[in-house]
Amino acid sequence: MTGIHQLTLADLQKKFTAGEVTARDIVQAYTLRINQVEPKVKAYITQTKDAAMAQADALDEKLKGWRRTMPLTGMPVAIKDNICTEHVPTTCASRILGNFVPPYDATVIARLRGQDYLLLGKTNLDEFAMGSSTENSAFGPSRNPWNISHVPGGSSGGSAAAVAADECVAALGSDTGGSIRQPAALCGVVGLKPTYGRVSRFGLISFASSLDQIGPITKDVTDAAIMLNVIAAHDPLDSTSANLPVSDYTKALKKKDLKKLKIGVPEEFFAAGIDPEVEQAVRAAIGELKNLGGEIKEVSLPTTDYAVAIYYLVATAEASSNLARYDGVKYGLRTKQTKDLLDMYVKTRQEGFGPEVKRRIMLGTYALSAGYYDAYYGKAQAARTMTKNDFDEAFKEVDLIVTPVTPTPAFKLGEKSEDPLQMYLSDIFTISVNLAGLPAISIPCGFSKAGLPIGLQIIGRPFEEETILRAAHAYEQATDWRAKKPNLR
Amino acid sequence: MKISKQDVEQVAKLARLEITETEKEAFAQQLSGILTYVEKLNALKTAGVEPTASVPGKTNVFREDKPRPSLPVEKALANAPEQADGFFVVPKIIEER
Repeated sequence: MTGIHQLTLADLQKKFTAGEVTARDIVQAYTLRINQVEPKVKAYITQTKDAAMAQADALDEKLKGWRRTMPLTGMPVAIKDNICTEHVPTTCASRILGNFVPPYDATVIARLRGQDYLLLGKTNLDEFAMGSSTENSAFGPSRNPWNISHVPGGSSGGSAAAVAADECVAALGSDTGGSIRQPAALCGVVGLKPTYGRVSRFGLISFASSLDQIGPITKDVTDAAIMLNVIAAHDPLDSTSANLPVSDYTKALKKKDLKKLKIGVPEEFFAAGIDPEVEQAVRAAIGELKNLGGEIKEVSLPTTDYAVAIYYLVATAEASSNLARYDGVKYGLRTKQTKDLLDMYVKTRQEGFGPEVKRRIMLGTYALSAGYYDAYYGKAQAARTMTKNDFDEAFKEVDLIVTPVTPTPAFKLGEKSEDPLQMYLSDIFTISVNLAGLPAISIPCGFSKAGLPIGLQIIGRPFEEETILRAAHAYEQATDWRAKKPNLR
Repeated sequence: MKISKQDVEQVAKLARLEITETEKEAFAQQLSGILTYVEKLNALKTAGVEPTASVPGKTNVFREDKPRPSLPVEKALANAPEQADGFFVVPKIIEER
């Protein structure tokens, strides 16, 4: 029999609603699983299994009389540790947040809590979500469950590793330049970055506010639709949150074919530098989309080659401003023994931030400073418009765009950590989506010879998550990549 | 763009970071590399292209100017490194002459 921890969210929910398993059974199964594999995977920064058990018992008691459940009732979820959870420490994997315990829940957490979900813990990330491997965490890196000498990707590496290792049924991550899709691809799970504005950012600790977006990391596409149903909503507390109707995303999964869908393939995404095994897997997936009835068309996104340059100016400029709030006054770390206020600021920030965060604050400060603003930040903002125009043009011709998620499968720990630019270039296929504010999903589409997962990215028009989910689901049902599980014994 | 150690010191000052000698060397080298890379943007003709600061555009979001419940003082202060009498405590700002 399949263990509780191996079930998808949809299947676990069915069993729970039918009363075949209790919330206590669920937390017990996951506690066992976490205790067994977490020493290898290191997905969590903070575990809340004991609190989850108490919550589970209260929930079982509450449901005794009238078994009324919602899609996430009793479901054990992990949350990236840059999303605020009231009463539970939120670290951003940084020393500068010290023992910070948020005084309120992020809107997404309030929505999960409204359905009586169970929080298993807070997952590891690159400090302030700045990185592509979780190696920038102040608490040490997470490992890829498929091969623990490789990175899980980042920055939501803890969330992706936890889902891949069955240490939670589903997780939330955040995506500023690929931080949901890239680790999902490298860990062989599903990661959905919704349209900018589809999900409230209230309570997500800001990195680059015009790019950040919260989304689900799940075991399959159906689970991603279920999670999106819960978190997608207009929120008056986030002025960039879209005041648009929200669909029932699970309904998008009913169509099993891709008839009448035009699917674009941008050749710029298959340029030199892509690993042949990745290219082969993605091209085979495109063939499968055609078999399912999709009409494949070549499209062009000419500014693709500039995306990394645009992103590392825009994102660092916004970050340098957002991270000015860490000054040792209101929360988090304060260095002791300082001579005056300025000394307290600079020493606290020196002690609290890790090297990559400092590097990005420096780069952003430079790009925004007098004399360089137009040449760097201004130029990048104009180039960002061109990136968005590229996609607008392409989406006149096609309904979806498919690409690889990453140029290579998961790299080894330490392989890129000495060279920041090489690390930045590993985000090349995901970041233009953030610059244009579009929705995109990463789904498994194969394995390398070394047994590491490969991901397929499906990009849609703004607020057309349904079309993405429909195509992703049809592909998933036609293939059996998700049947393969990492061996963590 | 080549970044000197002096440039790094100036930017660190603006960013309120006190960085070590080793960091200065490393940042000068790494930032030079990254800035040289981003200069590829100069190949793009952006004259007359409107900048994008945020994708949803420039629509303002308004709400009624009515008082509503906010974070209570004790909750807002709960994470403060130092507090007294309902306030955040910081080192003395104005010096005595």
